[in-house]
Amino acid sequence: MPAGTARTNQPVRRLLGMIRGHVSRLALAVTASVLTELAALALMGTAAWLIARAAQQPSLAALSLAIVGVRGFAVSRGVFRYAERLASHDAALRALATMRGRVYDALVPLAPGGLPAFRSSDLLNRMVRDVEAVQDFVVRVLVPVATAAVVGVLTVGFGTVVLPAAGVVLAVGLLVAGVVVPALTLAVSRRAALRLGPARAELAARTVDVLRGNADLAVFGAGRQALADADRAAAELAAVERRAAWTTAATGALAMLVQAATTVGVTMLAAGAASDGSLAPVMVPVLTLVALISFEPVLPLVPAVRHLLESRDAVRRVLAVLDAPPPVAEPHAPLPAPSPAAVIEVRDLRVRYAADRDPALDGVDLRLEPGRRVAVVGASGSGKSTLLAALMRFAEPESGSILVDGADISRFGSDDVRALITGVTQDAHLFHTTVRENLRLASPSASDDDLRAALASAKLDSWVDSLPKGMDTVVGESGGQVSGGQGQRLALARALLADPPVLVLDEPTEGLDPETADELVADLLASTRGRTTLLVTHRLTGLNEVDEVIVLDSGRVAQRGTHAELVAVPGLYYDLWWASGLRLSEGVEP
Amino acid sequence: MLIIAQAVVLAEVLADAVLDQPSVSRLAAPLAAFGGILAARAVLAWCQQVLAHRAAASVKAGLRRSALAHIQRLGPAWLSGQHTGGVTTTLGRGLDALDPYFTGYFPQLFNAAVVPLAVLVFVATNDLASAVIICVTLPLIPVFGVLVGLQTKKATERQWKALERLGGHFLDLVAGLPTLRAFGRAKAQSAAVRRTAEEHRSATMGTLRIAFLSALVLELVATLSVALIAVPVGLRLLNGNLDLHTALVILLLAPEAYLPLRALGSQFHASTEGLAVAERVFTILDEPVRKSAPADAGPARDSLVPRSPMPVRALAGTGRRALPGDASVGEIRFEDVTVRYPGRDEAALDHVSLTIVPGEHVALVGPSGAGKSTLLGVLLGLVRPDSGRVVVETGSGPVDLSGADPEHWREHLAWVPQRPHLFARSVAANIRLGRPEASDDEVRRAARLARAESFIEQLPRRYDTELSERGTGLSAGQRQRIALARAYLRDAPLLLMDEPTAGLDAGSEAAVVEAARQLTAGRTVVVVAHRPAMIVEADRVLRLVKGRLVEHAGTDSHRPAEVV
Repeated sequence: MPAGTARTNQPVRRLLGMIRGHVSRLALAVTASVLTELAALALMGTAAWLIARAAQQPSLAALSLAIVGVRGFAVSRGVFRYAERLASHDAALRALATMRGRVYDALVPLAPGGLPAFRSSDLLNRMVRDVEAVQDFVVRVLVPVATAAVVGVLTVGFGTVVLPAAGVVLAVGLLVAGVVVPALTLAVSRRAALRLGPARAELAARTVDVLRGNADLAVFGAGRQALADADRAAAELAAVERRAAWTTAATGALAMLVQAATTVGVTMLAAGAASDGSLAPVMVPVLTLVALISFEPVLPLVPAVRHLLESRDAVRRVLAVLDAPPPVAEPHAPLPAPSPAAVIEVRDLRVRYAADRDPALDGVDLRLEPGRRVAVVGASGSGKSTLLAALMRFAEPESGSILVDGADISRFGSDDVRALITGVTQDAHLFHTTVRENLRLASPSASDDDLRAALASAKLDSWVDSLPKGMDTVVGESGGQVSGGQGQRLALARALLADPPVLVLDEPTEGLDPETADELVADLLASTRGRTTLLVTHRLTGLNEVDEVIVLDSGRVAQRGTHAELVAVPGLYYDLWWASGLRLSEGVEP
Repeated sequence: MLIIAQAVVLAEVLADAVLDQPSVSRLAAPLAAFGGILAARAVLAWCQQVLAHRAAASVKAGLRRSALAHIQRLGPAWLSGQHTGGVTTTLGRGLDALDPYFTGYFPQLFNAAVVPLAVLVFVATNDLASAVIICVTLPLIPVFGVLVGLQTKKATERQWKALERLGGHFLDLVAGLPTLRAFGRAKAQSAAVRRTAEEHRSATMGTLRIAFLSALVLELVATLSVALIAVPVGLRLLNGNLDLHTALVILLLAPEAYLPLRALGSQFHASTEGLAVAERVFTILDEPVRKSAPADAGPARDSLVPRSPMPVRALAGTGRRALPGDASVGEIRFEDVTVRYPGRDEAALDHVSLTIVPGEHVALVGPSGAGKSTLLGVLLGLVRPDSGRVVVETGSGPVDLSGADPEHWREHLAWVPQRPHLFARSVAANIRLGRPEASDDEVRRAARLARAESFIEQLPRRYDTELSERGTGLSAGQRQRIALARAYLRDAPLLLMDEPTAGLDAGSEAAVVEAARQLTAGRTVVVVAHRPAMIVEADRVLRLVKGRLVEHAGTDSHRPAEVV
């Protein structure tokens, strides 16, 4: 029924294509659903026949079959309904599993640079919820629509057999209630959405103002005004909603009117046929009730339109993810994995995230020889993390090159590159699993001794020992046992365990208190002596130990040299050094 | 609303009651009546839905309004511990989840209360035997509902937690994808995603098999009850003890008696999400305001407020003295000011005494957490000293800041925070924040002085350009210059700045520093600073360490060797 409207919608059609594999499960759900509705119809039909026939006072034997039927249909309807709910949820969950797999596979080459969602937990949450919308689509749209179609056809068929004219009326009525009214609902909802959208956006913007602009508003004496603006936005939204209520509620009533008209029409025809003898009088109430009840699977199509629209929007967003081009292309014939002793050379590197934006990195040169330790410093947004992203093949250079032992980095498989260059990345994630599993992620074959050594290097061994379950303690999202600093140190331990030829450390001390941070940096520098290391940091403590410091500013190399050279001349590094001295032992803010 | 809904439902019931009487009659008139009644039901259903939707819209608007007003009263202390994106969603689309409650559950509640009773009474007047059957079986629905519900609840509750974890696994893996890729484990987890989704499915199905049982039992009770009524009716009809008319009425009405009770369950299920959201809103509304703060008090932001929750001690108390807007502000004295935050052992400000003379430029330096922002917060009227006081000399004598109306006091000051909030309004409206009545020329002049004119002129609609939420699209330096323009336009004698150049690149920093230099001329200035450029201009550099003023350095202390 509104499958007609669905078919014209690209996202829904693609969704149907993706869950095609579950067609047998879906068929099972629809079958159970159809049987439920048919049992309900048969129950009322038989009961009506039974009563009408009984009024003619035949022998009990003539009624016994119908009596059994009534009882049988009554029980089977409940059982079928139970089966239908299980089957449709089963199909929905299978479809969800398929979608999750597909979305995950699509996301792999996109992380972390290819999708804005990776920079915002809100967006990430919404995307995951969008994937879950496939369940709603199956349970609340697909199965009801298919059921209404099948039951509609069968009812019309029954009506036609009993009384052809009644079949025609029933067909028209069901088509109007099942196709025309939902289509109308679709149009009305779209129009309402056009007005609701801006009203919602305005309310959200005013809410954000009151929440995030709290202090600015208070100090500048504008708080009352902002609150009044938010009130007005809420009132405007309510007004739009109230206006929309008339039309959205009307469509449901319209379907009921069609039901009424159809039932009256069928009854009239049946009564007429009975009076001229072409229809057995007992069939009059049967037809009337069948007509009335046959709308039961059709009436829910009106609310199904809302679910269709919602799941379609969600699917559209999911499809955008599936269609997003990976920021970094894999080579068709990758070179063999680079040697662990490879020399990495960055030449005149420029990286740009969007054509209309300034380059995030421009004209950067860097040479990483085995054993060399380089620190990159600069304000947030200066391009430090972009440099790491380019080296780890998370971002594609716009121009310039990164050479690994003389071969362009793009000729290696990106996983091979990351086996060479990896470590603590920005926002390193702690998974909702044990400390042990979180660590072993970096080295699945690591022994417990290896794990302990890594924990000790990250100054985490005594903390883990203090936990009742030690390394089997579950951490992560809802682990709740890990402070920001401990999480950061776990990520560090993981990177040390991975033991890559080139160790990358993106702000390894972020979130630590100043004393611990200084201690950790000192330990890090001690443990990375002789190891190729690229350290991105705000803190300048200990940088006198690295071979080279690169100061980035707006994506360009502002200064480079050793710590001693840089503090001897005026410039950004000097300022930073001065400021860090000024702040004494303080955690550096972004 | 209540009464109307009730009336609507009652009317529906009456319609039910008459609806079928003429249905087998071969006359057109009763048929028309039947159609009319059905139509009336449709219209009444429409009215009921319209009213319910309208009620829902009004309730949501009311909740939004009071929640926001309350949040503003709670101020930044509360907000700093909140996920503002989450709060925005809750107050926006989140509350829409209340719709099913008002349009579904709420009307159904009345249906369930009224319809079965009315049907019962009506059937009783026609056929006592059937009424007795209904009377006996009807209570079975809630009884069975509770019994089965209790049983399944026990069985399912244990499983939900595991289900939640399995369901959350996907989000966890997706959120951790960058990390998985960094260690070459992303592809290996692809199978795990499918496996976990499959586990999630089979575990969920296990739970649903039990959860849906309650619905099955209720449905069976209802249908069997109908059958229980229909068959004897048929038999009595057979014996001629009952006329067809009554029999049909009973047959049609019997299911109506059970339906509302069964529907109530599913409607309740659909409205639980809305109730959960409402619960969250009520939690916000129940949050106690720490202090009898004035409507406009409280707000501060991350730069001002340490990460952990801190109370806002708004300037309040008895004997609030007005600080007239035109009164000149003279010397500002901190007299032994101490500020403590609950849950912290060390005082944020520890017996600080300090005098700022008019026209003086004071730079505050020190480690973060040393109390610099708290000191600014006290001056801004956002933080209230636990002991000691801040006295401001005015034309009409000294005024204790904690006794002054914060709104009046703030009229004397302008503020440039570390990360100013830009509103989703035009550039001009953003600059006008502190002086809404300022003319276009004044706005332009302020922008020029703040070195913001050049980039504003390049925006698509210049000063009328609507900024997107939180000013995205502008660089940090540009946002900071708009904040400076704001301060220029405010033209207040006392200027407070909190690390206005933090996190800026060198170019932006230079522009902001230059704009700020001009802004400070002729004003009393307190600036929290990290970079030399902001400090060299100061008449005096004050260092705070652990809440104490430890040293009064001279103006020439901008050389690292002397500061470190």
